[in-house]
Amino acid sequence: MNPEELHQLAEQHAHARTQIPHRIRVCAGSSCMGLHSDQLVNAIQRELKQQGLEKTCPVSGVGCMGLCSAGPLVAIDPDGILYQHVSEADVSAIVASVGNEPLEQLRCPTDIPFFTRQKRVVLEHCGQIDPERIEDALAVGGYTALLTALTEMTPAEVITHVMRSGLRGRGGAGYPTGLKWTTVAKARNPRKFVVCNGDEGDPGAFMDRGVMEGDPHRVIEAMAIAGYAVGASEGYFFVRGEYTTSVKRLRKAIMQAERNGLLGANIFGTPFSFTLEVRLGAGAFVSGEETALIASIEGRRGTPTPRPPYPAEQGLWGCPTLINNVATLASIPPIINHGSEWYASMGTANSKGTHVFALTGKVVNTGLIEVPLGTTLREVIFEIGGGIPNGHSFKAVQMGGPSGGCIPAEHLDTPLGYEALQRIGAMMGSGGILVLDDTSSMVEVARFFMEFCMTESCGKCVPCRVGTVQMHHLLTRISTGTATAHDLALLESLCDLVQHTSLCGLGRSAPNPVLSTLRYFRNEYEASLTSTPSNELIPLTARPPAPPTQGPNGKGA
Amino acid sequence: MPSSVRVKTLRIDDLDVAGDEQQTIFDVAVEHAIPIPTLCHLDGLGAVGACRMCLVEVTSANQTRLQPACATPIEEGMQIVTNSPRLQEYRRMILELLFAEGNHVCAVCVSNGHCELQGLAQSLGMTHVRFPYHYPQRSVDASHRRFVVDHNRCILCTRCVRVCAEIEGAHTWDVMGASSQTQVITDLNQPWAEAETCTGCGKCIHVCPTGALFEKGYSVAEMHKRRQFLPYLRAMREREP
Amino acid sequence: MKAARIAPPSEDKRWRVIDATMRRHGYHAHALIETLHATQESFGFLDEDALRYIAATLGVALSHVYGVATFYRRFTLKPRGARHTCVVCTGTACHLKGAPALLEALQQRIDHDPTNPPVSILAARCLASCGLAPAVVFDGKVVGNLTPDLALERIEKWLHHES
Repeated sequence: MNPEELHQLAEQHAHARTQIPHRIRVCAGSSCMGLHSDQLVNAIQRELKQQGLEKTCPVSGVGCMGLCSAGPLVAIDPDGILYQHVSEADVSAIVASVGNEPLEQLRCPTDIPFFTRQKRVVLEHCGQIDPERIEDALAVGGYTALLTALTEMTPAEVITHVMRSGLRGRGGAGYPTGLKWTTVAKARNPRKFVVCNGDEGDPGAFMDRGVMEGDPHRVIEAMAIAGYAVGASEGYFFVRGEYTTSVKRLRKAIMQAERNGLLGANIFGTPFSFTLEVRLGAGAFVSGEETALIASIEGRRGTPTPRPPYPAEQGLWGCPTLINNVATLASIPPIINHGSEWYASMGTANSKGTHVFALTGKVVNTGLIEVPLGTTLREVIFEIGGGIPNGHSFKAVQMGGPSGGCIPAEHLDTPLGYEALQRIGAMMGSGGILVLDDTSSMVEVARFFMEFCMTESCGKCVPCRVGTVQMHHLLTRISTGTATAHDLALLESLCDLVQHTSLCGLGRSAPNPVLSTLRYFRNEYEASLTSTPSNELIPLTARPPAPPTQGPNGKGA
Repeated sequence: MPSSVRVKTLRIDDLDVAGDEQQTIFDVAVEHAIPIPTLCHLDGLGAVGACRMCLVEVTSANQTRLQPACATPIEEGMQIVTNSPRLQEYRRMILELLFAEGNHVCAVCVSNGHCELQGLAQSLGMTHVRFPYHYPQRSVDASHRRFVVDHNRCILCTRCVRVCAEIEGAHTWDVMGASSQTQVITDLNQPWAEAETCTGCGKCIHVCPTGALFEKGYSVAEMHKRRQFLPYLRAMREREP
Repeated sequence: MKAARIAPPSEDKRWRVIDATMRRHGYHAHALIETLHATQESFGFLDEDALRYIAATLGVALSHVYGVATFYRRFTLKPRGARHTCVVCTGTACHLKGAPALLEALQQRIDHDPTNPPVSILAARCLASCGLAPAVVFDGKVVGNLTPDLALERIEKWLHHES
């Protein structure tokens, strides 16, 4: 494809969209899909056919619209009407209402803070376009950033752009993306790789899934831009094996891109060639760690290796490898299209741009949201999230999953940002925001995450493999009221050990949920201590030795 | 050897030292008779940095971090502390965790008196274990004609796996499972006698730091391990034809 | 060059899928996990014959194949016995909204049934469908916002159909 053809195609598809008076979008995100929104699409299709409307009002399943708690969601364009909790019984009424008076009883207001307070950059087209049609992606400007990069910019200029935008890794650590790109670009090796880390394993996190399912072409475009910038012509998507829809849509999107000459040899007639492959994670949380991810792609046990060497210098098959998270990559095309100044104008001094979060737990509106960094937790939970349901009160918010920490009410006005969160003992993580109300026990929350880290430890280094078992044991004793002050002291010294001596990030951050709950809720720990140590033996692991947590296709219980 | 070896200077404890850029902190320390404890690392085998005993405090570019000496290449101007009170405490605690994890009964062990785990516990002053013992249910495989693997004494250092793959080239050993369920295996987790790839060379026996791998015919405290072959074999394998 | 190709363990046509996977990756050792995925999907589990065949064809050590197959949770070495599976999500949001109670109720129901019902109760890491919390996958179908009673009602149907 040459540049003119892309513009023509985009205009043609955009024009085609305006020719259709109405269209119906049904959310086919993971939550709505769980409520059988796929059947809803079929039912609407049938009804449209019956009414002879299939030409003038097409229906399509789209990526996550965000407000999972109101699902399944159905939207009518261009009127901007959104219906919530739709069931098959509502289908004929909905179809009849198209172009007429909207159905008030099903309507989901779109002027609520949940929608108005968000700033969708990464999720810009998520829920708007049919992710399985490249025509839809092209109609909304897909691949124009790649065109700009390839035809108007040098690789160094692309990197400068990313650098200036202030974008930082959205996978958790917050390493400056531009710097990472530079390191790989500077490496003197003819063969390099770009890897998209879609092995999203944090419990309570579904940001990457939302992006991969809702707008796969965005990520593919970003991978190609990254490849051009760092000098790589091969890329891998490493996707969590359980994400079958993501895998399916990515594979389909790659095929469509190849067919349209947007991947492959001499893209847009330039010397740049780029190919992409999807690799499936096989069910190990630790595979999200960069060196373990490389081991997984290479067909080995996904155990981390000491760094240095860093993957940017020696990664896949010893070649320099750029590994970026899905949401990081999905931020790249808008940065190229709208400029780094535009991106850097959002956010705080050190944390620029927007961030996608998965809002879950004891909060009225749960779902996928995107806000500019610098937004306070209070705004996220009480305005966008709609506050705490069922008359309970806010207790804490857990951020960053098993590597993160709990933030109490006194820090609700902290603006979301990498350093700001670190200062109060939490971390941005990959973006899970779990709201806890007054019914939650903080020791239990810490124990939950420790059980996760214990069973997900790869078993390679001693502090993580054995230390997490011991910490989990101590937390179980504390939560069952059989621990003494001595046990608590032991727990704290174990936290220190595991934090400072483990081999990889998973081990080093495993004590975080304990440390942060100890910092703000120490009284809860102390209140459950006993002065008389019991002689009762508690088995070291609370459950039988076989890992208690298994994937849908996991080993039998 | 590359024609121009780049020499880097650094400071280990109170000693100014130099090494070539290919060397690790551990290599340079050993050359200068600075002891750093290890359990998984062994001269002649690839480094994995798993036991964390050799962690040292490395200050470079105004940042101090704990790094495994066995797997960290030296850099110009590094300041290294190998034996601070904090490191000693961490090492003792890691030993405690290892003792709590397996079933280590020195009194009945063939390696009693010649065991690296036991030796480190003595030299680092680990007098007791503060953590509850796991008492795992682990097996002993005595199917092989000459050798025994007692998983109760295994600390998962993976020296056997590496010597078998890197030096003998048989790759009979590997590691199965994950987390606390990790275990070393021969072939498809078969009895050792049925592992068809095993050449019976016995290298794994002699690199094992504890009594987990031993030769039949030895009683308590009788198993001495000999490792002088290892650097020699490594050198011979790497020598250009 | 690899040694002459060996034949699959049986005449079963499903081996073609596994062969195709290995061929697509040039019989490279790094195709191991992709090949195990294909085998797991085709046969439902990885038996010793399969592991030996894959090891020999890709030229990797037996112990390496076994180590990889047991490291990742998606691979199983034994066929799943029960006809129905009931996978309870134990992710954070589900945990908070009552997954432990679900898991216990379901497990109790199965454990205390003298007829040894054909249902396995499993726990899963986060299904990333947190909007549905607490969620359970009944034979591949996600069902959300469950209570122990609603979940039991679901498996009750299976139990009665079987008996």
